[in-house]
Amino acid sequence: MAAAAPMILYGLAGLAALFAAAKAHDELFAIHAWLVVLICIIAIFATARALKFGPEADDRPKEKYLDGVVRAGVVATVFWGLTGFLVGVVIAFQLSFPELNFDLPYTNFGRLRPLHTSAVIFAFGGNALICTSFYVVQRTTGARLALGNTAWFVFWGYQIFIVLAATGYLLGVTQSREYAEPEWYVDLWLTVVWVAYLAVFLGTLFNRKEPHIYVANWFYLSFIVTVAMLHIVNNLSMPVSFLGSKSYSLFSGVQDALTQWWYGHNAVGFFLTAGFLGIMYYFVPKQANRPVYSYRLSIVHFWSLIFLYIWAGPHHLHYTALPDWAQTLGMVFSIMLWMPSWGGMINGLMTLSGAWDKLRTDPIIRMMVLSLAFYGMSTFEGPVMSIKAVNSLSHYTDWTIGHVHSGTLGWVGMITFSALYFLVPRLWKQDGLYSLRLINWHFWLATLGIVLYTASMWVSGITQGLMWRAYDSLGFLEYSFAEAVAATHPMNVIRALGGVLFLLGALIMTYNLWRSARGDKRSERPMGAAMPATV
Amino acid sequence: MTSTERDPVSGTETTGHVWDGIKELNTPLPRWWIRTFYVTIIWAVGYCIAYPAVPLINSVTNGVLGYSSRAEVAVELTKAKAAQQKYRDKIAKLSLAEIRKDKDLFQFAVAGGRSAYAVNCVQCHGSGAVGSTGYPNLNDDEWLWGGNLEQIAITIAHGIRFDEDEDTRISEMPAFGSDEILTSPQINDTAEYVLSLSSKSTDGIAARNGKTLYAENCAPCHGETGAGNRELGAPSLRDAIWLYGSDKKTIVETISKSRKGVMPAWGQRLDPLTIKQLAVYVHSLGGGE
Repeated sequence: MAAAAPMILYGLAGLAALFAAAKAHDELFAIHAWLVVLICIIAIFATARALKFGPEADDRPKEKYLDGVVRAGVVATVFWGLTGFLVGVVIAFQLSFPELNFDLPYTNFGRLRPLHTSAVIFAFGGNALICTSFYVVQRTTGARLALGNTAWFVFWGYQIFIVLAATGYLLGVTQSREYAEPEWYVDLWLTVVWVAYLAVFLGTLFNRKEPHIYVANWFYLSFIVTVAMLHIVNNLSMPVSFLGSKSYSLFSGVQDALTQWWYGHNAVGFFLTAGFLGIMYYFVPKQANRPVYSYRLSIVHFWSLIFLYIWAGPHHLHYTALPDWAQTLGMVFSIMLWMPSWGGMINGLMTLSGAWDKLRTDPIIRMMVLSLAFYGMSTFEGPVMSIKAVNSLSHYTDWTIGHVHSGTLGWVGMITFSALYFLVPRLWKQDGLYSLRLINWHFWLATLGIVLYTASMWVSGITQGLMWRAYDSLGFLEYSFAEAVAATHPMNVIRALGGVLFLLGALIMTYNLWRSARGDKRSERPMGAAMPATV
Repeated sequence: MTSTERDPVSGTETTGHVWDGIKELNTPLPRWWIRTFYVTIIWAVGYCIAYPAVPLINSVTNGVLGYSSRAEVAVELTKAKAAQQKYRDKIAKLSLAEIRKDKDLFQFAVAGGRSAYAVNCVQCHGSGAVGSTGYPNLNDDEWLWGGNLEQIAITIAHGIRFDEDEDTRISEMPAFGSDEILTSPQINDTAEYVLSLSSKSTDGIAARNGKTLYAENCAPCHGETGAGNRELGAPSLRDAIWLYGSDKKTIVETISKSRKGVMPAWGQRLDPLTIKQLAVYVHSLGGGE
């Protein structure tokens, strides 16, 4: 009875959670404990249902690769992606029309905003990274995922982390740290899951049948290792009670600010850049069927990127209480980061040389090119914005929001979408996608959405920056804050509409992927074919 | 084990590694890329020499330019203050009435007051100073505590019903309903009488009944005729300007529960010069006396 052990484990965990719920110091902690009880009960029933008796249990030939967990990851990526984009659209409209806060704590912008950022970065982005890394590391090492079913623990453990984090935000459990809002007990759980993830990934690399480790795996590994370090240091804190939801950070004052932005900036650097470069390095050459442009470039830009990125965080704290020397270092490291970042863009785009004709016929390649273009643009914009003189205008304005979204919607979103289009037919063993034309629709809706988003935020951000610093001839401030809010209202509405288009594109993708997984084929004119002659 | 080959498209050799069908070209680093990278590194080193950059054990390198962002702010503030010094000295010395008469100084005070208003006052009184429910309009002729320059300055400096200021303007209308001073039919009659003062009563009998109740309970502050009393911050009940609303339901609520609007004492947060400028600005909005 191999299934007995996990069932006992779930039962014990459930009992512990029940105890925590009964003895909880505050209501919020009790709610979370009850949620864990519920999860344990579901786990026990799910395990019981999956039990197989008799000899047929082990009869099925074991597949070479563990792909079930990758399939689950694809579904989770799409699901959390839609959730995160939807919440993003809602809060964008809230910024334009405050009545949409509905005067309820649960639907207030202050609670929905971290729900949006965490849903898109960690739920959508995180699931995309975990499932693609599991797929890529198996293919490029020729080895099955190590440590048996630990990969499944990583998958479900990560979903539990997401559910606890998200419900916490809505209920008001937060430690108010940017991109690290979950409280201490959720952080501890994520640490356990993350260490398991690292073990599976390293174990698979260790079992590899290839003599060398492919560049995509360097990026994935740097992402996993660095995120572990960032997560642990940034979340060092002391709980008020071991059965309560409140904790106090180990850091305070300007040290706290620096720790938070060291973490926050490297969440962008190692989660949204290094991790997604791992995706790029596998899926672009596969889809284009071309060799990677330059091995040497990949080595040099990898090491320079990960060495330089980790120091760039202080550029989020220009002209604050942070000492000048730290501001200087944050700025110069950001400038030096420009070329190492672009190394990934060059390697991606130049890999397509010899395959440029596919732009006409393959909308997935089109998405990859757009993604790399936005990657290049935002990794140029970033160093520019880190220059103190530019930052004094751009900081605290919508420009920053636009910058982040050209990176996330453009680079992270589009490279993930193209990887999903690549993966679904292969994982569900179908010969091709349901429709290429629908991908084209997705491509153009998303592109238009991103252009509306970033352009409106540039205009809005520069307007805000200029209004806030405007003085009249007698030396008095020209505008009140509310006047800048009123002036940027139209741009905020345009931004929200851009978000709607992006969400619409993702809905079309979901439909397309679902039909593709079922093995359906849409009857349509092939991409790039001439228009039928009109008679 | 590894065998290199030549890529037919680019003519470049591969490295011989293959992963899941993916090969790599042995292309050298793009020249422009590595040169730009070097330039940014050289620039970074130069910047670190010029500006504060390297932490030492008990200090930091201050850079050859001797730059400090705090010193820079101090210089800017001094410069900005110096540019305004001529006016500021005069405002400090002169009375509000004298400021009002000096054309240049008046213009400066209004500009300064407008700027301070935009930061500190718009939250309640609105960007056009039209107010909203519970927050008075500052453009009209009706003043709760007086509308001349001195009275406005006192209101701004000491606030209204602001506990932390001893000289705050204070008055307390009784909560006639909650404190069981009047019964609810009595309150209804009083409200009708109050409405009748601005010819809005729809129930003549009730209004007549309310007259004595008004005289006994309300007249001491709001006056026999309902003209109000600025000494006590009691508003006129005869005109069309209402702080909380002129419909019967609102008036009944006001009589029953009273209203105790609070305004902070800005003298605790703003310097006397700014208070003076604010007073001149608010006075200039249209209703100043």
